[in-house]
Amino acid sequence: MAMPEFRMPSLGADMDAGTLQEWLVKPGDEVRHGDIIAVVETDKAAIEVECFADGVVENLLAEPGQRLPVGAPLAVIGAAAAAMAPSAESPAPAVRPSRLPPPTPPPTPRPAPPRPPQPPPSAVEEPHVSSPLVRHLAAEKGVDLTSVRGTGKSGAITRADVEDAARRATTRPRVSPLARRLAAELGVELHEIAGTGAHGTIRAEDVRHAAEGAAKPRPAERAAGARAAAAPAPRIDRQAAMRQAIARLMARSKREIPHYYLSTTIDMAAALAWLRARNRELPVSGRLVGAALLLRATALAARDVPELNGYWVDDAFAPADAVHLGLAISLRGGGLVTPALHDAANLSLSELMGRMRDLVGRARAGRLRGSELTDATITVTNLGDQGIESVTGVIFPPQVALVGFGKVIERPWAVNGLLGVRPVVTATLSADHRATDGYTGARFLELITRLLQEPEEL
Amino acid sequence: MTGKRTSRTDEATTRAGARGTRAPAPTTAGKGTGRRQSRSRSDPGTAGTVGPATGATEATDATEAKHRADLLREMLRIRRFEERCVELYSAAEIRGFMHLYIGEEAVAVGVLRTLTPQDAVVSTYREHGHALVRGMPAESIMAEMYGRVTGCSRGRGGSMHLFDAGLRFYGGNAIVGGGLPLAVGLALADRMRGENRVTACFFGDGAVAEGEFHECLNLAALWQLPVLFVCENNLYAMGTALARAHAQTDLALRASSYGLASWAVDGMDVLAVEQAAARAAEAVRWGGGPHFLELRTYRYRAHSMYDPDRYRDKAEIEAWKAHDPINALADRMRAARQLTDDDLAAMEKEIAEEIDRAIAAATAAPLEPAEDLTRFVYSTPAEARSS
Amino acid sequence: MTTAVRSEEISYREAMRAAIAEALRRDDRVFLMGEDVGRYGGCFAVSLGLLEEFGPERIRDTPLSESAFVGAGIGAALAGMRPIVEIMTVNFSLLALDQIINNAATILHMSGGQFNVPLVIRMTTGAGRQLAAQHSHSLEGWYAHIPGLRILAPATLDDARGMLWPALEDPDPVLIFEHGTLYNTSGVLDPDAPVDIVHAAVRRQGADVTLVTYGGLLPKTLAAAEQLDEAGVRAEVIDLRVLRPLDDQTIMASVRRTHRAVVVDEAWRSGGISAEVSARITEQAFYDLDAPVERVCGAEVPTPYAKHLEDAAIPQPADIVAAARRTVDGDA
Repeated sequence: MAMPEFRMPSLGADMDAGTLQEWLVKPGDEVRHGDIIAVVETDKAAIEVECFADGVVENLLAEPGQRLPVGAPLAVIGAAAAAMAPSAESPAPAVRPSRLPPPTPPPTPRPAPPRPPQPPPSAVEEPHVSSPLVRHLAAEKGVDLTSVRGTGKSGAITRADVEDAARRATTRPRVSPLARRLAAELGVELHEIAGTGAHGTIRAEDVRHAAEGAAKPRPAERAAGARAAAAPAPRIDRQAAMRQAIARLMARSKREIPHYYLSTTIDMAAALAWLRARNRELPVSGRLVGAALLLRATALAARDVPELNGYWVDDAFAPADAVHLGLAISLRGGGLVTPALHDAANLSLSELMGRMRDLVGRARAGRLRGSELTDATITVTNLGDQGIESVTGVIFPPQVALVGFGKVIERPWAVNGLLGVRPVVTATLSADHRATDGYTGARFLELITRLLQEPEEL
Repeated sequence: MTGKRTSRTDEATTRAGARGTRAPAPTTAGKGTGRRQSRSRSDPGTAGTVGPATGATEATDATEAKHRADLLREMLRIRRFEERCVELYSAAEIRGFMHLYIGEEAVAVGVLRTLTPQDAVVSTYREHGHALVRGMPAESIMAEMYGRVTGCSRGRGGSMHLFDAGLRFYGGNAIVGGGLPLAVGLALADRMRGENRVTACFFGDGAVAEGEFHECLNLAALWQLPVLFVCENNLYAMGTALARAHAQTDLALRASSYGLASWAVDGMDVLAVEQAAARAAEAVRWGGGPHFLELRTYRYRAHSMYDPDRYRDKAEIEAWKAHDPINALADRMRAARQLTDDDLAAMEKEIAEEIDRAIAAATAAPLEPAEDLTRFVYSTPAEARSS
Repeated sequence: MTTAVRSEEISYREAMRAAIAEALRRDDRVFLMGEDVGRYGGCFAVSLGLLEEFGPERIRDTPLSESAFVGAGIGAALAGMRPIVEIMTVNFSLLALDQIINNAATILHMSGGQFNVPLVIRMTTGAGRQLAAQHSHSLEGWYAHIPGLRILAPATLDDARGMLWPALEDPDPVLIFEHGTLYNTSGVLDPDAPVDIVHAAVRRQGADVTLVTYGGLLPKTLAAAEQLDEAGVRAEVIDLRVLRPLDDQTIMASVRRTHRAVVVDEAWRSGGISAEVSARITEQAFYDLDAPVERVCGAEVPTPYAKHLEDAAIPQPADIVAAARRTVDGDA
């Protein structure tokens, strides 16, 4: 591979072609693996695409505005600084600004993309399929791939999965007409109900049960709902689609994943004191927030307790080789996305802070990268800024753990026999009992707690 | 009743069981001429052949002239009415199937003029003539063809389904042979109640091929029911010539095999038809069992409004037109000084006015409201007319 | 109506005969006509003894001319008589289809309301007696397709006894379908049983599923309901009684209570009366359904002769039970 070609990437398994919207490099520019070098418009969104090679842009082969099939060469990248591209699956090792010296002004902020944000990863917009045949089959059989659980490699959806899904006709919740009418009358959300009829058909009895149960809170579902942000009812189709995608994913999670929950209250006095001291030395733009400490501690704990960092696939746990920390980010229009902070365990606190800001900004602007949408290995949800004390969340399949942080609040706290007022935060782990047991989870939370007591080590 | 007959009267009353007495098929000019001569010989009213000129005869002649004028007028009514129907159909005022009777008028007039108002009539889809002669107002028929609520069937039947309860006119039946069982049933009811009534059942030669024909002749004969079967043999079942559909084309002969009185008549001669029908109807009325008349006739026009006429010769049509029943009667009346050109002109004028009135009334008549579409699918108590 | 009430056991056949005899006595316009109704006493012995009582004018044996004698019945009705025409079996009624459909059903409408046809046609229907393909049809659903006809299916003694007279009083043509397996059923007439020719009847009440049937399958459906009851499923059984016009109200009222329906019909599934009932439930009670409407129908084969094959071809109680369970258990 003397002259790596930069090709039209596949930014989703349903993507056959993309339109080159903008080049962010020009011939002669030096690029490194992970650099954003172009913006490609897919049917769903404008996505910044990364370069997977180190080198010099020799030649641009495509013009902005051109629609090209996946795999079509877009540019030739010469081996200037040598270095072959690592495999796309491994995280970008480089810790460096993601932007190049401006080839075209201005690299940031970019104009708002024409497309709204991406729904949650893997199960929504980007179902992995093992081959185009599978997608074709799904279309033919009317199977919604976002609702299919892949059993192939890395959770890819196989032909058998589609056929199975078609057999079970899960394209739409099966609801008896009476149940549908009752649900409307009783204000019951059908997506929240598991049907007891054949193939999960929701029947009148299920709706009545749900209506009776609705008087009592359902913690997990409420948490999931809360995470989806207190946004007004979605008005546009895309939001409705996202809502449905979230609904399917969460319902699937609660249906398939036997959750267990552990919770602990962490003394944040040392961490916050360290943060204040640290921030005094930093420019305002670079100041750290408490959330960054929590993320950092979580990332390190996940690295050290790998049983919680990875995927449950094919009835077995597959540990991830890096910690890609999913951040649950609520969107202004409603819904949420959980893009990944790649290789979070190897980021310094400042880097992590910067990447977090970048990720939140881009998520809300709808300019996430494809890999960011699918790579999270463990997710953190933080509703502290909403005033919530604790979050017992729903795991994003096929991940096996989710950590929820509440608000840092001051509480009477006994230390060494003395009562004082301390800032504390409640950390809650939701974990997949198939993958781990409470002992592992406890170890994980204990590790987070310990890390936060020694912030200078973070 | 055997041997060759030359007298027209004899021929008209010959039992079909006697072979060799078929009316000569007037498909050639020569034979047609022969029939005409034979007909005039057989006509008792032909001047100079019957009766001295006495006062009584004059009175008889006056009665006869009046009667003949009535027959002529009725035939003309049918002819002119249908000719106007052709115009109206061409102008798309009338739609659907429309089967014209032109050429066959002598049959309807000759048969129906012998019936009483108490008798019943079952007809076919070629029934404008039957309806008119039976007494259905031209207005009522025309309005029906216009699809108006004032039509005899409130626009639900059209040309093929004219009904009139008051006249005991049990409809044009548009299924070939479909009316015969009804006639048998109507007669059965009369028979069971001891009524001296006749049910006249019209049908064409095509019906003879239907199973219902055979079932019904047998049943009527078996139960000795008062049915007058009137077979209008116009030689074609739509486009299928009789000989192309039947091994035995002598229909009267076939009818007689069911054990009922049966004979063939020249259907182009209204007087012969009347005479035969009167005789048969009286026999039926007074317990003689069902009778069958085969009226040999011809339709000049297409089966329905227009057809390609590929199935017959123009020459054949012209040959039959030479025996036109209206001209024949008019000629005979003129010869007997029973008809003047003025008489005829007056008759034509009167008929034209009647038809004009009928068309004007039909044009002005309201339509049945579409909301009433489903009326008469079932009887409401008020609409039930069970007698 | 003054029903002759008897407290002793009576068969369906006898109930029907009593109804005919009563009609003949009450109205001299009534007469019975058909193949072998007189000397033979009726193919199914329904009219046995009537010739002796009423004579050959009113108990008329006919030739094997279905079209002619059915049409004659129509003609006599047009003339004001009240004929009861017996067609030996529904299979032979095909030979009279022209008269029934082109005349009996149309004349009132075609004549703009001038002529009505107060005719009753009775015929045997159905399979279950090893009579093979040409003697086992259940074509009443076909006839129920035709506007202008009223289609009755007496399934009980009371209906056999009671439906004929209101049918004769109806100014329009009424077809009565008597299932061949019912003639020997017997019991005691209920003098208070309401008999009309308008409504469906709830033969058994239940809250879990509605079983809709008629005619010869009523006993099997009731047996199935009994079995379901033992399994804790309370089935409501509706006897349609009148296949045209259908009594939608009774059907829907039941489905709205039970939210589940199984239509049981010996006739073939495709295009049958079961399809009609199912469609109407879907049209009128869709949002009350908690399970797809199920149908239990005759297998789509010409009915075979051999007992085991015939049994397999027509609905059995076990089939009805299974279908009802599917609607209730959700194992569809």
